[in-house]
Amino acid sequence: MQRGDIDTIVSWVPEGGKVLDLGCGDGELLHQLQNEKRVEGLGVDIDPANIIAAVSRGLCVVQQDMEDGLQNFAGSRFDAVIIAYSLQVLERPHAVLERIVNIGNEAIVTFPNFGHWRSRLSLLLSGRMPKTKALPYSWFDTPNIHFCTVADFEALCKDLNIVVVERRMSSHAGLLAQLWPNLFAKSASYRITRR
Amino acid sequence: MTQTTLDNSVGIVSPQRAHFPEALYLESGEALDGFELIYETYGELCADGSNAVLVCHALSGNHHAAGFHSENDTKPGWWDTVIGPGKPIDTNRFFVVCPNNIGGCDGSTGPNSLCEATGEPWGSHFPQVTVADWVETQKRLAEHLDIQHWAAVIGGSLGGMQALEWSVRYPDWVSHCVAIAAAPGLTAQNIAFNEIARQAIFSDPEWHDGNYLKVASNPAQGMALARMVGHLTYMSADKMTDRFGRELRQGSFDPQDDEEPVFQVESYLRYQGSQFVSRFDANTYVLMTRALDRFDLSARGQGGLIEALKDASAEFLIISFSSDWRFAPSRSQEMANALMSAEKRVTYSDIESDAGHDAFLLDDANYLALFSAWMGRVAA
Repeated sequence: MQRGDIDTIVSWVPEGGKVLDLGCGDGELLHQLQNEKRVEGLGVDIDPANIIAAVSRGLCVVQQDMEDGLQNFAGSRFDAVIIAYSLQVLERPHAVLERIVNIGNEAIVTFPNFGHWRSRLSLLLSGRMPKTKALPYSWFDTPNIHFCTVADFEALCKDLNIVVVERRMSSHAGLLAQLWPNLFAKSASYRITRR
Repeated sequence: MTQTTLDNSVGIVSPQRAHFPEALYLESGEALDGFELIYETYGELCADGSNAVLVCHALSGNHHAAGFHSENDTKPGWWDTVIGPGKPIDTNRFFVVCPNNIGGCDGSTGPNSLCEATGEPWGSHFPQVTVADWVETQKRLAEHLDIQHWAAVIGGSLGGMQALEWSVRYPDWVSHCVAIAAAPGLTAQNIAFNEIARQAIFSDPEWHDGNYLKVASNPAQGMALARMVGHLTYMSADKMTDRFGRELRQGSFDPQDDEEPVFQVESYLRYQGSQFVSRFDANTYVLMTRALDRFDLSARGQGGLIEALKDASAEFLIISFSSDWRFAPSRSQEMANALMSAEKRVTYSDIESDAGHDAFLLDDANYLALFSAWMGRVAA
């Protein structure tokens, strides 16, 4: 697993809980959560092919924009709201974070850490915006418009009065990523909640 | 009918009839001393009766949803894109039942039937029926067919409203509910279009207060006009531009030309109007549009739509089409939101399409793929 956040998410989601997966893609994660954690899952995605794939897995999904569509959950309450590896595609990630801690008892947010030493080194040495195997887009044509680092994310949570319940870093660098996550974590997973 | 049209088709089908002698008490307070339904079925009912699916028709639909009536039949039933072997409502798996609703004009008891009390056709005296009344008659038909439970109740437009009504009126009967291009109730604009259609019919001198059969007449002009207005609202502006543009069907703008110019779109609407007159009844049109107008799921119970849905136990599929402005995606979204708030299992998709409201009847790859994929979870 390139990303390394899936196992973390599965371990954090409460057994039998009601789960909203924002940007559920083809429903792979939600399907796994349904099988392993018996959750009652609802996925959100905008892409028709993803909707069909997720429905084929037997999932419930609603086709709508992750951000504008959030108002549609005004009357709903979830045990966990997940944003797995799609924080960076949001137009207003700060507004979404505020919203999801309101509709979920807790939120699980995972993202690629742009502060990873490879990104830094790449920018330092080549002077060009970094591309990686997992994130191969050019700066001008990318869905990923809001990259952040571990330090950025935690600063934003503080500003928004959001509490970090738990965080987990994943990396090949093991201990280093735990000691200096902003430099060594490839991806970061957070459990957050409203203060 | 050709060999290619028979592939994935239910083939040649025959309508059946069922008579229900017991009185039917209508929401209006009136009653019918029994009634008759004409219906079609496709596929085989399995021994435990678990694979029965009810298909509800829309405003101008009927019991002939799929297949052909004869070798020489050129047009299949109205939902042949959706019903058949290997199609979303797969007749290899499901036993599909589709009745013509009462008040209709295709064989079920309606304004053209004889009223026993008077010995004359009901005409405009046929009682106003509602979506809930239709559900009652469909339930009687189910019992007549030894069906105690629907694996799914499915419909588009007004048919979707019947599916929604089933889900809250008889929750134990319905395990899956599909409402396509539907709404929990019409908007003022939508009611307004229906009223224009009705006024077109009423203003025809041949209307005779709805008792035109007695004088061997038919308000054909009014009906055609009503259909033209209706049909227009089922299409999107973009689709009309694509299809007709400003093209002329005949004549020209040349002053030397004797023939008056007629736009393609004019000719098309006139054709749609005249076709409709030949197969539909004016009283039925009035009844059906009023049933549409009066349907309001949120009026059930005191607490609005969410409260109205609380007893439903079905899993829901809600589909809208991006260019449908008669039953706009926002209304389906509203339905989906209410279902989510009521903690029901729901899938909602807004299909990108330029075909307007009519898209629910048409062959669209994403629509049919989604519908098929979702039907996979319906036990058969």
